[in-house]
Amino acid sequence: MLETLINGALVGALYGLYGLGLSLCLGLMRQINLAHGDFIVFSAFLALQLTTHLGIQPLLALPIVVPVMFVIGRLLQRFVIERTLGRGEMPPILVTFGLSVILQNVMLQLFSADTKSLDPGPLGTAAINIGSVAIGVLPLLTLAVAVGIFALTAAVFGRTRFGRAVRATSDNEAVAQLMGIGTRRVFATAMGFALAISAVAAIFYGMRGTFDPSTGPERMLFAFEAVILGGLGSIWGTLAGGIILGIAQAAGTLIVPSLGPLVGHVVFLTGLLLMPGGLFTKRIRV
Amino acid sequence: MISITDLRASYGPLPVLFGFDLNVARGETLALIGANGAGKTTTFAVMTGRLKPQTGSVSINGRDIAGLTTIDIVVHGLALVPEGRQLFPSLSVEENLLVGAHSRRSGGWNIERVYEIFPTVAEFRNRPSMALSGGQQQLVAIGRALMSNPDVLLCDELSLGLSPAAVDIVYSALQKLRGEGLTTVIVEQDIARALSASDRFACMRHGQIVLSGASKSADRAEISNAYFGMR
Repeated sequence: MLETLINGALVGALYGLYGLGLSLCLGLMRQINLAHGDFIVFSAFLALQLTTHLGIQPLLALPIVVPVMFVIGRLLQRFVIERTLGRGEMPPILVTFGLSVILQNVMLQLFSADTKSLDPGPLGTAAINIGSVAIGVLPLLTLAVAVGIFALTAAVFGRTRFGRAVRATSDNEAVAQLMGIGTRRVFATAMGFALAISAVAAIFYGMRGTFDPSTGPERMLFAFEAVILGGLGSIWGTLAGGIILGIAQAAGTLIVPSLGPLVGHVVFLTGLLLMPGGLFTKRIRV
Repeated sequence: MISITDLRASYGPLPVLFGFDLNVARGETLALIGANGAGKTTTFAVMTGRLKPQTGSVSINGRDIAGLTTIDIVVHGLALVPEGRQLFPSLSVEENLLVGAHSRRSGGWNIERVYEIFPTVAEFRNRPSMALSGGQQQLVAIGRALMSNPDVLLCDELSLGLSPAAVDIVYSALQKLRGEGLTTVIVEQDIARALSASDRFACMRHGQIVLSGASKSADRAEISNAYFGMR
């Protein structure tokens, strides 16, 4: 049982990574991207193309997929999301929902509906035994990478000139421009950052599970639950939210193996009812 | 330093500024006074690139800035303390100041100097900006504008929504800045405040400047007439 829960927590680190890109969108930039999950799946397919054609280990696809998704994120913000802002809440929701549908169908055309995965090679079966508990090396690596990326993101958005500019822009775009901040460029870069993180999440997702063009919305759901559980605007809260979700799902499988996701959702709903602001909401918001 | 010639602007079909000239010399503080709707805030909107003028020019240091984007105008040395302070709520006091330096203009202002002249701001540097009182927030807003090392400082309704005691603090802070070589324009409803804090005044009515002169020798009755349009 301990092993199941530990593995649940490690899967949760992956959910945290799914959530981090969305957390930047929702919490920091205060805009929605309903196609977030589909971009994760799209990144996984990109990595699959690289691993099959170049014969490389999926992790080695990171230096290519991450910059590509960064550029796609910038373009997405500049040419799609930016045009929907300032006209109420509906346009960004509708446009990114449409984008999600389009992306799923494009992937269906390009990559077929077959279930795929990224072959991690020997890394997939390597495990460390601690007493009677066996922990996979790949899940541990996922956690380590997740913590590293969360730390990097927290530092970039919390302590740099760029991070201040992003937060100032989401507080008040007009006043941010009065400070000389190129608000559009700053948001485009932040969106690039969000999709670059999703690309990292995608490669670990592909190595640890299976994906096909229709699995995006479920990633989006897990990402959303991690963000909301952790609290909007709190970067580390998203990691905590993801880990709680992972443990809840693992606990569910202990009861009935197919019950995992349902227990995860129930924990999310309970959390939302008890703490509507999430675990780590910033209290300075007005 | 600031030279405005034949400035005309409108909000859609509604004309607001009817062609006026205004000059402010380097290092001078000008009070722009006038009743609500006289065109003071619109003048600021044009100067900060929020509103494109129909005709006329606005130049700073001999460079025409009319029609440039807000971001470019800031780079050319203009800073605004906006009406209602408008600090960034998710940033701390210190971060609000640092974000003011985003344009990276060089000059004598930096965070240490802001703390030096506004010691109360230094005391609350790590607080969330919204945890400060209105008067303290106004000092942060002025400090934030100074952080961009501006040549021209525009202050919009500094006393709005503040207690008389807080207004005293804000205006004595403004007084400290005179002699720093900043060219300052203050928009203010309170005529007495505006005159005591400025070298010259210009009174606007119906989108034009109807009276201007030295603040010291200003005739209050004459200003009242110009302000309310009684001739």
